[in-house]
Amino acid sequence: MTTTDHGPLLRVEDLVVEYRSGRLRAPKRVIDDVSLEIAPGETLGLVGESGSGKTTIGRAVLGLAPVTSGRILLDGTQISGLRRRERRDRARGVQAIFQDPYSSLNPSMSIADILAEPIREGTPASRRERVRELLDAVGLPADAGRRRAREFSGGQRQRIAIARALALRPRLIICDEPTSALDMSTQTRVLGLLRDIQARTDVSYLFISHDLGVVRAMSDRTAVLLGGRVVEEGTAEQIARDPRHPYSRRLQMATPVADPVLQARRREERATLLREQARSAAA
Amino acid sequence: MSTVQTTQAGLDARDARPEAGTPPGPRDDGRGGDAALRRLLHDPLALGAMGYVALVVVVGVFAPLIAPNSPNFVDLSQANAAPFSDGDFLLGGDSSGRDVLSRLLWATRGTLVACVIVLVVSTVVGVVGGLLAGYFRGRTEVVASWIADAIMALPGIVLLIALYSVIGPSIPTAMAVFGVLIAPANYRLVRAVVAQVRGELYIDAAKVSGLSDLRIVFRHVLTAVRAPILIQSGYVLAAGIGIQAGLEFLGLGNPSVPSWGGVLEQAFSAIYLNPQGVVAPAVLVSLTTLAFVLLGNALRDALQGSGRRRAATADRVAEARAARAARPSPSTAPEAEALVTVRGLAIGYPDGESDVRAVVDGVDLCVHRGEIHGLVGESGSGKSQTAFAMLGLLPKDATVLGGAVLFDGADLLADPRAMRRARGTRIAYVPQEPMSNLDPTITIGRQLTLGLRAVKRMSKDQARTHLLGLLGRVGIADPEAVFAMYPHQISGGMAQRVLITGAIAGDPELIVADEPTTALDVTVQADVLALLRELRDERGLGMLLVTHDLGVVADICDTVSVMRHGTIVEHQEVRALFAAPEHPYTRELLSSALDPEEA
Repeated sequence: MTTTDHGPLLRVEDLVVEYRSGRLRAPKRVIDDVSLEIAPGETLGLVGESGSGKTTIGRAVLGLAPVTSGRILLDGTQISGLRRRERRDRARGVQAIFQDPYSSLNPSMSIADILAEPIREGTPASRRERVRELLDAVGLPADAGRRRAREFSGGQRQRIAIARALALRPRLIICDEPTSALDMSTQTRVLGLLRDIQARTDVSYLFISHDLGVVRAMSDRTAVLLGGRVVEEGTAEQIARDPRHPYSRRLQMATPVADPVLQARRREERATLLREQARSAAA
Repeated sequence: MSTVQTTQAGLDARDARPEAGTPPGPRDDGRGGDAALRRLLHDPLALGAMGYVALVVVVGVFAPLIAPNSPNFVDLSQANAAPFSDGDFLLGGDSSGRDVLSRLLWATRGTLVACVIVLVVSTVVGVVGGLLAGYFRGRTEVVASWIADAIMALPGIVLLIALYSVIGPSIPTAMAVFGVLIAPANYRLVRAVVAQVRGELYIDAAKVSGLSDLRIVFRHVLTAVRAPILIQSGYVLAAGIGIQAGLEFLGLGNPSVPSWGGVLEQAFSAIYLNPQGVVAPAVLVSLTTLAFVLLGNALRDALQGSGRRRAATADRVAEARAARAARPSPSTAPEAEALVTVRGLAIGYPDGESDVRAVVDGVDLCVHRGEIHGLVGESGSGKSQTAFAMLGLLPKDATVLGGAVLFDGADLLADPRAMRRARGTRIAYVPQEPMSNLDPTITIGRQLTLGLRAVKRMSKDQARTHLLGLLGRVGIADPEAVFAMYPHQISGGMAQRVLITGAIAGDPELIVADEPTTALDVTVQADVLALLRELRDERGLGMLLVTHDLGVVADICDTVSVMRHGTIVEHQEVRALFAAPEHPYTRELLSSALDPEEA
């Protein structure tokens, strides 16, 4: 996808997020001057370790984290710093899939109620029809709507969460570690579903993960976060194979490869890299 | 391994239970309406209490039809007549010659109305306040909590008595005031539940899908407080009955209206003339209070599922064991030169009321000295259960259905003393969640020392020197400083190094590590794996490494057992496994691994 014709779908400009922990203490800067762009139909991978701020960026785009300065624009319209009511009108094109499929579905509601909840327009019958469509789109049987979340496995729950995100026909979905709570084979299927949906609807993803393998499989471009800053951004291919920033390289070398022979080589490369980096840091 | 870790490990084992076999937790349970009702109807105490309350309600509504006399009908010949005496009044008469039974029956209605007033007022005030304070936090919460604290500080009964001089003998008004006085209990309950629910991701999801605060509070938050409020209602009603009877007994009720407390008061003042007169009103008040309390308890049990999970019945376990024993048994001889040999291990969990379901079903494996043996599988495959059985750390409701863990000539499963002797000194454990396996209230040095001295005869100073050396060995830069720190002061990666220190402190031969790097960042994971490998090389340790991560397997394991549905489907040397997997499930698993570099 190119951004030339219509400009980017999402534009994050100089985003700063700070949390105050007391009137006298200096605020803690969690996101430090981050700028990002996502084109329609594109997936931007956001990779980093715990405390890097990757989740906070997603939450800021969703209006769930306070934006201290900078702007977030969806299709050229500012969506940061809005009241909930204004946000509802302007930002319904941004939806989310969260990490934990166990706490992201209300255990007391039926699946049909969860899926119908965001939908405001239409008759009850048309809403029911839409719920059926959504269940179908994520590969769940139509009778799943009558049941509650606890009757489903982790992978199925994440499908339900995907269906809910699709209910408002979004243009951008923030995927915050959507498969890190799932088994590997389930992960493969859920990632496949996300790719299918993208092919069908041309939705864009901001794909947040700590796992380079997952990001590599999902993204067109990848941004590497460290301490609230983007230290490197490039095509997913380039970040995965040939990262330039020292931290990106450490990340690459630390990620184990599921092959004992390659992994043995990788371990040696990592040891060499760490020695080199230590030497150049000392110099 | 420290004693502190042992209890925590037990908890972890419970968390790691296979999903399908896990009964819904208390939180989920509160909302399964049908199941809760069914449970309630199976509880004889609850049925009794509900029957009694229903009877009281019927009596209250139909008192004019049921009561033999009007409450103010006077028969002077019956004044102070004892219950069940020969007169016309079944429960005797009061000092004015009125029928006690009829007065109690007529008073039921007033009591019920008063109870409903207390309940409605305390629930509405408490729930609305708690919802607003818990959801919006900030200033709303400060003000609401301040008011709640102020109300709680007021002496209730004294206030109600003082109020009498202002409002006069009006029980409904007094009960409304009492409702406000006990509302803080509801307020605190609701605020706490809301504060917890507020952090749930489904609230964020609702915000993202554009729901207004009001709708979120009503649709998502209110449903979460339903169960606790329902439970609390039983206790509120019981308190209401007591307070109301108390006020009336003190003479603060309307003397022209019959009341339970009033009847009791009259009987009490005539206690020398008619000692049995107090029995009927006292029993009535007590029974009704008791019924509400029991109902509250039964609701709590039904909605929150406490005491519900019973261990499988002994004969079911025996049956399952016998069925297993009847099968052709695998050899129980230990593998030659193996450090530890697991033979035919089977572990069951109670399934439903009286069934036993095997989650580990005939597992054989062995670990040699200097070997890192990977146990790989997806959630629910039984890999963690196998590891916990080897450590004797299975949760309480798990039963070993068969098999043996052979270590140094003894079967650790059959001989708890051998298990205790081996654990901590010869077999050590590295857990998954480093942070939750450290006691937050004591320093790292102290918990390591405690653990070490529990298994090795050593002076404090010796232990300290030994542990400081080991902390340095596992890559902690300033062991002295870390020794004096509390767990919250160190990072997750450091906490895992501390736990590894604890594990190797007793100089073990075998380490059982349950997903030791899953909770860590990849860069930290690589360091911890490197450390485990070095320790293996230095000390010739055998290691059983439970993991779901094929990258970790490829990195550190020498041999691999692939587990699925409680059995081991394939066992191979690591390079052979990745190069030529035999079992279709292993192939499926390997194909799902996402390579960070190859597309």
